[in-house]
Amino acid sequence: MPSKPVKSSVVSMSIGVGLATGLYGISFGALATAAGLTVWQAQVLSLFMFSGGSQFAIVGVIGASGPAGIVPAIVSAWLLGIRNGFYALRLSSVLSVTGLIKVLASQLTIDESNAVSASQDNPKESRLGFWLTGSAVFVFWNLFTLVGALLGTVAGDPSIWGLDAAAAAAFLGLVWPRLKNLQSNLIAILAIVFTLALVPILPNGIPVIFGAPVAVAVIYILKRTKLGKHLQVKHDG
Amino acid sequence: MASYWIAVLVGSIAVYSWKILGYSLPKRVASNQEIVIFAGKLTVALLAALTAVQTFVTGQTLVIDSRLAAVAVAAILYWRKAPFIVAVAVAAALAALLRHFLGWP
Repeated sequence: MPSKPVKSSVVSMSIGVGLATGLYGISFGALATAAGLTVWQAQVLSLFMFSGGSQFAIVGVIGASGPAGIVPAIVSAWLLGIRNGFYALRLSSVLSVTGLIKVLASQLTIDESNAVSASQDNPKESRLGFWLTGSAVFVFWNLFTLVGALLGTVAGDPSIWGLDAAAAAAFLGLVWPRLKNLQSNLIAILAIVFTLALVPILPNGIPVIFGAPVAVAVIYILKRTKLGKHLQVKHDG
Repeated sequence: MASYWIAVLVGSIAVYSWKILGYSLPKRVASNQEIVIFAGKLTVALLAALTAVQTFVTGQTLVIDSRLAAVAVAAILYWRKAPFIVAVAVAAALAALLRHFLGWP
């Protein structure tokens, strides 16, 4: 079995993904302290929440709303974390873990570890890809969070350094790879329109947690109509 | 700020709950494509909404400022397959320069 070269490619892929993903821990750390979190709070988020989208959501909402944003920040992070649950469902049959190992595997279940694991051809490398990528991202993400958080504390007013624009660009970068078909684009546009329309009437942070689910609901309703079926058929064809 | 510990700790538990739940549910749930597709849609919607809020919202009002220019440049960079960290850094630098040299809001 030519397992050796394949295995080394799993190792290099895992470390490469870990380093590349970990690097943007710098932007997370800097944004977190610029938003008013302490270095420790930023670090605890990277250690225990350990899910980029959810962490950026916490920091983004708190940065915009201050203490009034605590509840919507938690809800946004929680809703964004739902996809990790589905990775966990998939991985549970790949890894078959129990007890403490299950607790640890849960913590390392993120976009990247699931993606590397899913891209392997056999179960052994699938498991190796998960553990290596999860660990590599965890180590680098936490290391660079600390660097960014320390930089953020000396930066002063975040808008002088364009850190508010960096937050917007970071979210765009997280959604970008997911805009791969007509339906995703439509969901994104609807979510933006509904959320921005709610901004003047609802308190800070709340528009997102209403606007986004309503956009998804509208897509499901549209799919039941004639136009939706027509679009679906056209798209699939 | 001390009250932010609530967001940090409760948020961490909330996010972790999905992960451990996924490993604890029966296998037949994992094969339900509908649920997986729903999670993907919700993720796109939330990230798009957060991008829009971070770009256009100050307080409770909609504004157009340097952030929009920065995000537009980031979009071009992502489209040209630039790495995440590069696009984010360029966006920050552009907003900072527009504010410093042109006095944009």
